[in-house]
Amino acid sequence: MAKTLKQEFTKGLWKDLPPFRLVLGLCPVLGVTTTMENGLGMGVATTFVLCGSNLLVSLLRQAIPPRVRIACFVIIIAAFVTVVELLMQAYTYPLYLKLGVFIPLIVVNCIVLGRAEAFAYKNKVSSSVADALGIGIGFTLSLSLLGSLRELLGNGSLTIWGDLSYSIIDVVPSFQPFTFATQAPGAFVCLGLMLCIINLIGK
Amino acid sequence: MGYLELIVSCIFVNNILLAQFLGNCPFLGTSKKMETAVGMAGAVVFVTVLAGTITWIIYHQILVKFDLVYLRTFSFILIIATLVQFVEMFLKKMIPVLYAGLGIFLPLITTNCAVLGICVINIDEEFTFSEAVSASLFYAVGFGLALILFAGIRERILLARVPKALQGTSIALITAGFISLTFFAFRGMV
Repeated sequence: MAKTLKQEFTKGLWKDLPPFRLVLGLCPVLGVTTTMENGLGMGVATTFVLCGSNLLVSLLRQAIPPRVRIACFVIIIAAFVTVVELLMQAYTYPLYLKLGVFIPLIVVNCIVLGRAEAFAYKNKVSSSVADALGIGIGFTLSLSLLGSLRELLGNGSLTIWGDLSYSIIDVVPSFQPFTFATQAPGAFVCLGLMLCIINLIGK
Repeated sequence: MGYLELIVSCIFVNNILLAQFLGNCPFLGTSKKMETAVGMAGAVVFVTVLAGTITWIIYHQILVKFDLVYLRTFSFILIIATLVQFVEMFLKKMIPVLYAGLGIFLPLITTNCAVLGICVINIDEEFTFSEAVSASLFYAVGFGLALILFAGIRERILLARVPKALQGTSIALITAGFISLTFFAFRGMV
């Protein structure tokens, strides 16, 4: 194994940073990032599924026949998504309601399936988990960043978690919210501009 | 909800791609050429109507009756995956012309979140059977409409001089934002 665990972990934070470097799994990125809290919650849920599925796929990689591997991956992922769904219903019900349809849709998030196929199926357990953690944390950071940007512009506030929120109007009383940013068209434009900035930094 | 309202709501106001953000991977992936966009749109309409109908029946006749609602995600994705495989085999054998057109897009549909998303929305909105079938159809038509419009614009973008950092996905997303803005104008209608 040429790469160390640390390298597997850190590549998800910049080199393969989803969704900017790997342009995959855009639906939740656009759909839930109206507030920072939603972005963070979605990111954590996806990270959990990603770690679980990468761990299990990697453990079972000798047992899964190559011809039906995609079906097996989907079943493993669906099982972890159901776990997340039930956990969120039990402990973070308001957030579960806000994320709505996007929680069951983690099943078809290309990032999760992509990591199982491209990484976990070919690598040993420890590096697969490191890879999942790195990609998951990168995904969470990207979602939180986009969420906080859109919330700041569109609402003039920043909700970190539950009641922990700040308002920009307290600091700058003349601030006018730019509602476009929190609405549907704003999601596309904000993500497009962020991608542009990442491209600029990357070069 | 009246059917006219349902049509306007599904195709324009709550457009699955531009207002609910489902199915963005194929939206960006298959919109570079008009031909592929039309093929993908056709395949999605076909599979979504079937999947929407079957998942509704399974949910209400099996999962609710036997108190297995928590298996929703699990069973829906299995139904869609099997359905896609089945449709592929059926078309190959029975309607080769259609298969030649839709063929390569069918496997991609399994991971198209618009299909699973529409099935879940049908359940969450507590639609009746006929509403669920028509909502599936109109949501899918809305998907196709947005995809084809976007492909037309994207072919033009190829000729435009785009700044280097904005090239590729970045400018595509910003364009999608403006199409979304035009669809936003229908909001007052429902």
